Amino acid sequence: MSQAVETILHEIRESLMMALVSLKTNKLRSVLTLLGIAVGVFSIIGVMTGMAVLINSIESGMSQLGANTFQVQRMPNFQTGNPQERAKLRNRKYIKYEQALKVKENSTFAAAVGIEAWTFGKTAVGSDGKKSNPDIQIAGEDIEGFVTNNWTIGEGRLFTQDELNSGRNVAVLGKQIIDKLFPRTDPIGQTIRVDGHEYQVIGTIEPKGGMLGGNQDNFITVPLTSFFNIYGKERDVHLMVQSSSRESFDDCIEQVRGIMRTARQVNPGDEDDFYIFSNDSMIEQFNDFTKYLRLGIMLVSAIALLAAGVGIMNIMLVSVTERTREIGIRKAIGAKKTNILSQFILEAIVISELGGMVGILLGIVVGNILAIMLEVPAVIPWDWVAIGFGSCSLIGITFGVYPAWKASNLDPIESLRYE
Amino acid sequence: MDNSVVINLKEIKKIYDMGGAEEVQALRGVSVEIHKNEYVAIMGPSGSGKSTLMNIIGCLDTPSSGLYEFNGVNVSEMNDNQLAKVRNKEIGFVFQTFNLLARSDALHNVELPLIYAGVTSGERKRLAREALNHVGLGDRVHHKPNELSGGQRQRVAVARALVNRPSILLADEPTGNLDSKTGDEIMILFEELHHQGNTIILVTHEEYIAEHAHRIIRVRDGMVETDERVDKRKTVTTV
Repeated sequence: MSQAVETILHEIRESLMMALVSLKTNKLRSVLTLLGIAVGVFSIIGVMTGMAVLINSIESGMSQLGANTFQVQRMPNFQTGNPQERAKLRNRKYIKYEQALKVKENSTFAAAVGIEAWTFGKTAVGSDGKKSNPDIQIAGEDIEGFVTNNWTIGEGRLFTQDELNSGRNVAVLGKQIIDKLFPRTDPIGQTIRVDGHEYQVIGTIEPKGGMLGGNQDNFITVPLTSFFNIYGKERDVHLMVQSSSRESFDDCIEQVRGIMRTARQVNPGDEDDFYIFSNDSMIEQFNDFTKYLRLGIMLVSAIALLAAGVGIMNIMLVSVTERTREIGIRKAIGAKKTNILSQFILEAIVISELGGMVGILLGIVVGNILAIMLEVPAVIPWDWVAIGFGSCSLIGITFGVYPAWKASNLDPIESLRYE
Repeated sequence: MDNSVVINLKEIKKIYDMGGAEEVQALRGVSVEIHKNEYVAIMGPSGSGKSTLMNIIGCLDTPSSGLYEFNGVNVSEMNDNQLAKVRNKEIGFVFQTFNLLARSDALHNVELPLIYAGVTSGERKRLAREALNHVGLGDRVHHKPNELSGGQRQRVAVARALVNRPSILLADEPTGNLDSKTGDEIMILFEELHHQGNTIILVTHEEYIAEHAHRIIRVRDGMVETDERVDKRKTVTTV
């Protein structure tokens, strides 16, 4: 038994050596053939590496939300192109402040529930007349919102519960606004004007940088009540919920989902009319969003690999004809059909595996250029590397079998006479 | 001396079907016995069936009818794989055109039968070197065929033929592609191999070469015409 295994291993090793020698003697031809395979494998590995990098980037971006935190909002972050789906989403009702308060009161798994409302495209004017671009965001926040947003106060202070309750016009500013409006003066105690309303600056927020190259520091936070006073209370609010521990995170999501469904009177069996945004849901959405892209790339790669496989078959057939005499010699001195068969199949597999290796390396390098651009760690998608190698073997075998079979069935007498 | 029968051909016929009703009878009943350590020449003009006979003796082909026993084993009904094994272990081929692998060096060429015999790499290298030494090419092991002279190439082929210690050495016009001087060198080598106890079957159409053998079998029209001992052998010991 063990000797039979040894013999088989021995034969594979010998066939492999012979295959490598014959590939080496036909360098240019071998390189051109494996290039086809390399292109096919490169495209899929490149894209999959890029995707993995993006997911990584999303994950590290999400960590800016704060640990064990998720958001409840009206709309998903990505929307599909399906018009019916879009219309349904547009008809969703706002998440009302009262509904958010219900979550705040009833969610026992939550350590903190922040309620916030946003408005965009505002211009802020400083007390000495400096103006920001009309692109800043104003966030009405309650105090727990600072915890769930993972914001740290740089200078000054956060607004107090009293200020929140009474709707005082105080503001805590993002780093970019400070740089714009108060480049040289101490911002604390200064006033700013937005939409004709004056706010006293009481603090600043430490910069966090942006996710996917965006900017998160271009905003002003004010007490939620002040925000409601100025921009109206009948508007869509976000909830940010931090669970008390990693373990209770999923329970917390389900509890909040239940509270929200009750508050919004969603019938049992109907789908949620709000969206819970967490690490997992974000990645799920991303995967969903890029599904067709990935399918498309897989299809293109499969076609490229198929074409490359035909190329391999072509070159192997030429090789068999060219080496008819060699096959005759080998048979005359004792090569069995299986020896010739395995030699030529292995040759085809070696070509396609070498091509696959080149494609995989290039794909990983190119895909990770994105990682360098997004400043996240490099990624090697091992599952796709394995799939890449697997499909290369498959192609080598599939397209190598016929030429090898042809070679192994050559008549030794005829082959020895072949010129 | 042990002179057991190595090759026993009885009423061997070979018929080629040329398609339709046409048939070519290449061999019409050949019976020959060859003993151990004989030095036999098979002669005949082209079309005589000489090559067909050689292919059958060399187990490259099987007869249409008749019995072929090799060392007492019936090989006339063996399948491809069994024949490959006999060729590998029992028969050493030497061809007119050398038939070496052009891109492999002498050592690898001589190793080849051992690869198919399943000999391990280290042992293979040792045996192949030994065989090359034996034919006087110990200093040419890493030369490729195109870096060797015709005579040297044929010596590599002889080394390859002998490396598996076969029962017979089957040489098909071994001097046909060599000038007469190197041809003589090869014949001297054969002479030595015969003295060392090898069984040699020489296929040729040249009287001059055949005269080296002990016994000449003449084939004509698919039959054995004459089968005679050579009394006054031509020997070449010096060049």
